[in-house]
Amino acid sequence: MNFFNRTVRLLAFAALTFGLVAHAADSARAIIAKAALAETPTQRIETITSLIGSGDESIAGLLAAWKEDALFVYTAPDGSKIPVQLFGDKDDKDSQIATRVDSGKPLLSSDGKSLRLVASTLTAVEHTSALRRAMKAVLDLLDLSTPDLKKRISAIQTLGFAQDSEKLAALQARQKIEPVPSAQRALREAIALIGLKDASAEVKLASLRELTALHTIGSADALKAALADAEAANHPSLAAAARLALNAVESHLTRVNFFGTLFRGLSLGSILLVVALGLAITFGLMGVINMAHGEMIAVGAYTTYVVQNIFGTGLALSPFGFSFHLPGMNTGGWLYESYFIFALPLSFLSAALVGIAMERTVIQWLYRRPLESLLATWGVSLFLQQFFRRVFGSNNVQVSSPSYLSDNWTFHDIIFGWNRVFVIGFAALIVLGVWLVLTRTSLGLLIRAVMQNRNMAACMGIRTERVNMLTFGLGSGLAGLAGAFLSQIGNVGPSLGQSYIVDCFMTVVVGGVGNLPGTVVSAFGIGLADQSLQQILLNPVLGKITVLVAIILFLQWRPAGIFVTKSRSLEG
Amino acid sequence: MSASTTRRIEFIAVAVIATLLIVVFPLLNSAGVISNFTLNLWGKYLCYALLAISVDLLWGYTGLLSLGQALFFSLGGYMLGMHLMRMIGDLGQYRKPIPDFLIFLGWTELPTFWKPFSSFPFAAAMVILLPGVVALVFGFLAFRSRIKGVYFSILTQALTYGGSLMFFRNDLLMGGNNGFTDYKFLLGADVRDASTQRALFIATAVTLVLVYLGCSWLSRTKLGLIQRAIRDGENRVLFSGYAAAGFKLFIFVVAALIASVGGALYVPQVGIINPSEMTPDKSLEAVVWVAVGGRGTLVGPVVGAIVVNALKSWATRAYPDLWLFFLGGMFIIVVLLLPGGIVSVPGRIKTWWARRAAANAANSAPVAP
Repeated sequence: MNFFNRTVRLLAFAALTFGLVAHAADSARAIIAKAALAETPTQRIETITSLIGSGDESIAGLLAAWKEDALFVYTAPDGSKIPVQLFGDKDDKDSQIATRVDSGKPLLSSDGKSLRLVASTLTAVEHTSALRRAMKAVLDLLDLSTPDLKKRISAIQTLGFAQDSEKLAALQARQKIEPVPSAQRALREAIALIGLKDASAEVKLASLRELTALHTIGSADALKAALADAEAANHPSLAAAARLALNAVESHLTRVNFFGTLFRGLSLGSILLVVALGLAITFGLMGVINMAHGEMIAVGAYTTYVVQNIFGTGLALSPFGFSFHLPGMNTGGWLYESYFIFALPLSFLSAALVGIAMERTVIQWLYRRPLESLLATWGVSLFLQQFFRRVFGSNNVQVSSPSYLSDNWTFHDIIFGWNRVFVIGFAALIVLGVWLVLTRTSLGLLIRAVMQNRNMAACMGIRTERVNMLTFGLGSGLAGLAGAFLSQIGNVGPSLGQSYIVDCFMTVVVGGVGNLPGTVVSAFGIGLADQSLQQILLNPVLGKITVLVAIILFLQWRPAGIFVTKSRSLEG
Repeated sequence: MSASTTRRIEFIAVAVIATLLIVVFPLLNSAGVISNFTLNLWGKYLCYALLAISVDLLWGYTGLLSLGQALFFSLGGYMLGMHLMRMIGDLGQYRKPIPDFLIFLGWTELPTFWKPFSSFPFAAAMVILLPGVVALVFGFLAFRSRIKGVYFSILTQALTYGGSLMFFRNDLLMGGNNGFTDYKFLLGADVRDASTQRALFIATAVTLVLVYLGCSWLSRTKLGLIQRAIRDGENRVLFSGYAAAGFKLFIFVVAALIASVGGALYVPQVGIINPSEMTPDKSLEAVVWVAVGGRGTLVGPVVGAIVVNALKSWATRAYPDLWLFFLGGMFIIVVLLLPGGIVSVPGRIKTWWARRAAANAANSAPVAP
């Protein structure tokens, strides 16, 4: 056993130093074919081991086939031996299509036809336990050379965390030729981690220094173990170095957590802002307690779902016993992924239309009775929820994220999801848009006039009814836009709106009713507070409850919110 | 009709209904005319009527739309539920002397705050104390900073939401989202027994009648007058030298206690309490009952609770998919077209009739040439 191990290691080293050049000439397939035809087991092991350092994708499949006795040697009529694999369905004579191992192409007979062979008539290439071990060594190190960067880095890290000194040589060899800096960094980390297990104190010290410089989060466990070892071995300088490295990792972790929390807080704040901005208009400016605001969000989310399906394979709906099929455009690729761009304006429009319909039928009679608008809109909300259930089913529907929103970007161990970055940018955009509409357009002027003093505006000849309708449409449309975004972040289901309604009202009330800048400040304040409390209390629900309590206490201090709209009127 | 005749009619009506509920129904049940299921269902409706009265006391009489009544209702329920859980003894699934869900969470001993709930008087006292203290603290904070109108509604909604989030957590040790169920004994009697259920029905009916009479008396006192004055013009009350906050706080706590007692009576009859009873939706549902029945009256909430829930029991069985459409539609229609609720219908018909009669009289009167 030990002998084989040593052979493998030696051979691995030999292969790395000399074989790297050799394999550039011979393809991995050719090497495996050569190994299959080798005469002695030692030669076979040697040839297989020379594969180390190659990242060829065919290796894994071929070696697996070899181990499963699915690699055969075919003796051609002229006496030459060709290693083959058999593929495809067996016909009535049990024969299958033969493929050459060395080229991956079908085996041709002398007249140029592809040959069919029967497995039972061929001899499988044999494999000894030493050979299988050599193969495993090759397979373990295979991903080190794969062209896929993510896979390569994860392979390097796996080897590092295993802290197996046998893999050190391969890692060092790779380090010499690795072109990508992030993979280089991972290699340095892995080599240093393996160095922690080295017998000599100098190597350990050097590794600890290296890990201090790298301060990767993943090395914390290994460092703790190294610290414990050093303390057990009563080696003060090693223990001190380990402690230093551990401190570096921990302070890095604190920094990552801090900025990560900040980012998540900003993104949660943006979500709150996006969902609450519509409410800041309908509730803040118009004074309508729109309990159906959440359902307006859901209308937007479902619109996104429908648009996605129209771009895809279509959608079969069977509401209320009817059943009809929305035809799909069956697009693919970038055109399909662009559905989201079309879904944004459509979700605004559909929610705005639902909002306008609601304003005309229910809310316009209730402007003087705010508490009753709460009740009536809650009725509308129940109605709409059940409507969603009947049309789209009571389960969540699948909305896929386009690739430009589903990836993420890691910077110094802080993960920035693109959808979250996007939502921050988007929140900034719609705040700007709403501000422009309210301050720079004639509609905005009318809206502000009517909201300040409905009677006076009416006396000046403004058609307040129409302005009310449009304002409510604007607020609902913004909720619809929010829904399109939430479809990228969370689940889309009939009760989507319910999970946001309390947060929406809190955001608007804390900000100061009728005050858009206040809504912006309070959304980010609540978002940051929520995420930091989650980080501190390590419990999302407890964090949320604490935020609610904090809001109630905050309103003790400032009952009218952050920014108070000053008024001399008694009922303010 | 003079005020005293109205009072007499009201008194007679209350007496008749009270006798029906407290004496006749249970007698009919033990005679087998009314099934156990029906009696149990009505017991549930009466608990809901208590909840509805508590909503109306705040909304109809004081102008405070509280969305926190479901919280107090379930807090009361939870307090008695804890006692009922203790009374299971070692008859649970695990045959251990502590409630099953605690064993499931890895506890071997009873947590300290559970221990006193083995005593019924303590649990009963907690039914009053805990919601009372929560209402007192929250109400004090809210009314001191003069939070009113829709802000009060939104804050109470947030309070309820926070409460439900808290009770959904397993590590509160209150049963998580499964809550408490599978009760066995109450005061030595088997909870599932028909006679126990009948006794609970009678207790609920008696409580309802007492609460009704108490609120009716309260509304006739000077306090009741100030209460309605706050509803109609809080600033004028303040300027007249009354500390409105104190009155509001008193009413808020009383309403919380009524809801809590209703919840405590509800739990042994229904056999389960879980955090879904605590959500803001349940509060809003109670507001629907009041709106449908007629707010600002005491009969209204009782009628509303019974009518809406009877409708719900029927509709959820007959048209399970359409019930929410019903409920939502009912809400919109009542708010838009019938702000006075069901109890205002006879009055409306009478006015309409009188107006028609007057119009007829005017038409048939000879016209001077």
